[in-house]
Amino acid sequence: MSLALDESAAPILEVREVAVHFSGLIAIASMSFAVPEGEIVSLIGPNGAGKTTAFNVITGFLKPTGGKVLFRGTDLTRLSSNRIAGLGVVRTFQRTSIFAGCTVFDNVLTGMHRQGRAETWGALLRLASVRAETERMRAAVAEILAFVGLSHRADELAGNLAYGEQRLLGIAIALAADPKLLLLDEPAAGLNPSETEAFMGVVQRIRDRGVTILLVEHDMRMVMTISDRVVVLNHGRIIAEGPPEVIRANPDVIQAYLGQGVKHAKG
Amino acid sequence: MTTRLLPWLFVLVMAVGPLWLGDQYILYVLTSTGIFIIGAMSLNLLLGYTGQLSLGHIAFFGIGAYTSALLSLGFDLDLGGAEPFVLGPQPVWVAFLGGILVAALFGFLIGKLAFRVRGAYFVIVTISFAQVMRMVALNWVDLTEGPMALNNIPPLSVWLPWDGVIPLYRKEYNYLLVLAVAVVCFLVIQRLVQSRVGRALVALRENESLARSVGIDVTRYLVVATVIAAGMAGAAGGLYTHYIRIVDPDVFMFIYTVTMVIMVVTGGKGTLAGPIVGGLAFGILPEVLREVARPEVQWIIYGVAMIVVVFFLPQGMVPAVKNWFAGRRKRVAATALGLRKETSA
Ligand SMILES: Nc1ncnc2c1ncn2[C@@H]1O[C@H](COP(=O)(O)OP(=O)(O)O)[C@@H](O)[C@H]1O
Ligand SMILES: [Mg+2]
Repeated sequence: MSLALDESAAPILEVREVAVHFSGLIAIASMSFAVPEGEIVSLIGPNGAGKTTAFNVITGFLKPTGGKVLFRGTDLTRLSSNRIAGLGVVRTFQRTSIFAGCTVFDNVLTGMHRQGRAETWGALLRLASVRAETERMRAAVAEILAFVGLSHRADELAGNLAYGEQRLLGIAIALAADPKLLLLDEPAAGLNPSETEAFMGVVQRIRDRGVTILLVEHDMRMVMTISDRVVVLNHGRIIAEGPPEVIRANPDVIQAYLGQGVKHAKG
Repeated sequence: MTTRLLPWLFVLVMAVGPLWLGDQYILYVLTSTGIFIIGAMSLNLLLGYTGQLSLGHIAFFGIGAYTSALLSLGFDLDLGGAEPFVLGPQPVWVAFLGGILVAALFGFLIGKLAFRVRGAYFVIVTISFAQVMRMVALNWVDLTEGPMALNNIPPLSVWLPWDGVIPLYRKEYNYLLVLAVAVVCFLVIQRLVQSRVGRALVALRENESLARSVGIDVTRYLVVATVIAAGMAGAAGGLYTHYIRIVDPDVFMFIYTVTMVIMVVTGGKGTLAGPIVGGLAFGILPEVLREVARPEVQWIIYGVAMIVVVFFLPQGMVPAVKNWFAGRRKRVAATALGLRKETSA
């Protein structure tokens, strides 16, 4: 474990002094943190703290007012979102995001886009290479569906899935894009305890596949159980950073965030 | 297996049936409907698969029609230099391909523009584009003859083993040619939408943010779709121009786009067969009505038929039929399962 930590000293992602202003409103004042390769890092903070905004900046859905985001040394703030995904930085969305009108299988197949090469001419001429590629991708889709436990729903329209299944599908689509760094925005939001439990397993198994994970999550039990490191954001500033046990004991954090959780738990 | 053979059986019936009937009027109706169906299929690629409503789609059709007509007739252009630029008449098939290329080029420009504008703005841009094209055709009299129209456009020609190269004056040949082009367009669209490229287009329609998040360059694929759709609409325009053999600025009229949209929506947008089914229904209906009703009544019936289809089959006719069959299969499977359970018990 400690050996793995040493090896992963070089961060896969470095957020440097990122600031985001929305016409006067300061969503992120100045944010810096790093994600070591192979770890699960959680970004926590109360609603409106700027977590989703941070995700939008990292994945190119939003240009920051200032600062840099380095992925293995490449500045992501200059790239379009699809180019960033092309580098292996893939995110999920806080609000369930799927291709509702397509089958579950096709959802994941679409997610495999960047693992394919077929373009217009290859498709029109039905080249052998294109057919072989399709076969490969279909096999990979089946594997991913089995991984998240949605194989039995493959032919169902994604829009017809239950909420929890749609959340899983969102992750399956992201996995299909072959992420090196996966950003999960409140993946367990709205799930019941047993579903959350299963979800934790999925997230850990994704990490075990060698995918680095940046997680935004409100379920503290999940965060404290699976994270290697926690970054706490409040009002657009980082107020604490460290391993879960340290964060749990930090008075500022308890004040800003966990305190609410305790109250909720009691009430 | 049957579902694979069905389309070819349909093509066979469409190829043999009308010729066997031998009625010139029926051939005329089917040929012009077929030309519009090609236009509708190309519109479906944009509207049905990428989800972008191109309400100026007839512009590509008209550009194909004018370009093909001008190239086959030859033209001279006064570009302000000492000598006007003169182009002699080109072989009809060169002209036809030229029409496709120029239409596709405009498709490329419109697709690039759609990079900045989506949704309602895309609709407005495309409508304006068609209007501008109409104004150009009306006012650039030196080139287009304006409202006087381009006349005496040569028909397309074909090489037949028993006749050599013959110009296609006969309705039978024109009909078969339109059918052949429709089949080619169908295959192109089918292969495209069932490929990685097609999935990218559908991803843009279904959820653009999610598409980008998995690395799909939506703009690029939207341009690909627009270019192909525009080229096909240009081909339809070329077929039209060499069949009717006259083209005037009215070819750019908004109502023609609306006709294609009706064909796509009633048949089922985002389905391969939709534009064909909707196209046959709403392309032939006016001709049938012309026989049986007064003009005012014709349009009322046409409108009511359209509303009835859209109201009761909002997905269109093809998905409705598909769902009905799927439902029936499920019921049959359920009964079979029930039986098996009973016997095993
Ligand atoms: N597109 C936007 N325009 C204006 N304000 C925004 C936008 N996106 C987020 N915000 C604001 O930025 C702040 C941070 O939001 P967000 O990042 O969604 O918080 P979190 O995900 O931590 O709950 C909030 O005050 C929110 O209202
Ligand atoms: Mg959020």
